[in-house]
Amino acid sequence: MKAYLTRRYRFSASHRLHCDAMSAAENAMVYGKCNNPYGHGHNYILEVTVSGSVDGATGMVCNLADLDGFVEQEILERFDHQNLNTLPEFQEAVPTTENLCIAAYRILEHGFRHAHLEKVRFEETMMNSFEYAGGAELRR
Amino acid sequence: MVYLTRKAEFSAAHYYHNPEFSAEENRRLFGKCNNPNGHGHNYTLEVTVKGSIDPRSGFVVDLKQLKGVLQREVLDAMDHHFLNKEVPEFFTRVPTTENLAIAIWQRLAPKLTEAQLHRVRVYETPDLFVDFYGEP
Ligand SMILES: [Zn+2]
Repeated sequence: MKAYLTRRYRFSASHRLHCDAMSAAENAMVYGKCNNPYGHGHNYILEVTVSGSVDGATGMVCNLADLDGFVEQEILERFDHQNLNTLPEFQEAVPTTENLCIAAYRILEHGFRHAHLEKVRFEETMMNSFEYAGGAELRR
Repeated sequence: MVYLTRKAEFSAAHYYHNPEFSAEENRRLFGKCNNPNGHGHNYTLEVTVKGSIDPRSGFVVDLKQLKGVLQREVLDAMDHHFLNKEVPEFFTRVPTTENLAIAIWQRLAPKLTEAQLHRVRVYETPDLFVDFYGEP
């Protein structure tokens, strides 16, 4: 039987929203406070949802130790307490939470082999959250 | 179609063990969760039902009835119990969050007559939950 497993992770990082293709005035208008050249930071919450049939012997969609280990090594170690603008993922893309969703999705999609990736969800603050399912519609 | 979600909480003990595996294999697979004396969680259960609104009552489902079914089918059986030893589904299956969501679905689905079960979500901790939609 098919089940969906969701795990929440936390990391803290700084960023600055700035697009080189726009003028200083445009950047200030589009990104407001987030354009501050010194950057600012958030406590991000990353939610990863994977799916698959529940293994008859283990009762699991995938072993949580595998998912935790992968996310720890490939995402948290790279993103936690970093300036997102310095990471390779954000040399071309502005480190908005939208783009953070896509970056995390791609890392999981390419590297995590123990279950099917359904979606990633980010909370940037308690007031806003973002979800990405590889371009697919979200499951209700 | 309108969706209604009801929450409930229960606390239960469990441990992960498959008698078909060696002791060593069980420890490797299940880690700390393999401790045969058990450990426990405060589970949060979210049950989502769907249906059309009854034109007279304005309800998708009578919440009193839904609460009663949840109480009898799930909470009475699981709250403050040892899942492996007291809940028949887990005499033979490992009481993971996945299997708990499936067992709760199977207990509720036949008892819900007014509305259709849409999703069972079980939080083992605030940072780990499983959704089951009755998919094969
Ligand atoms: Zn446990």
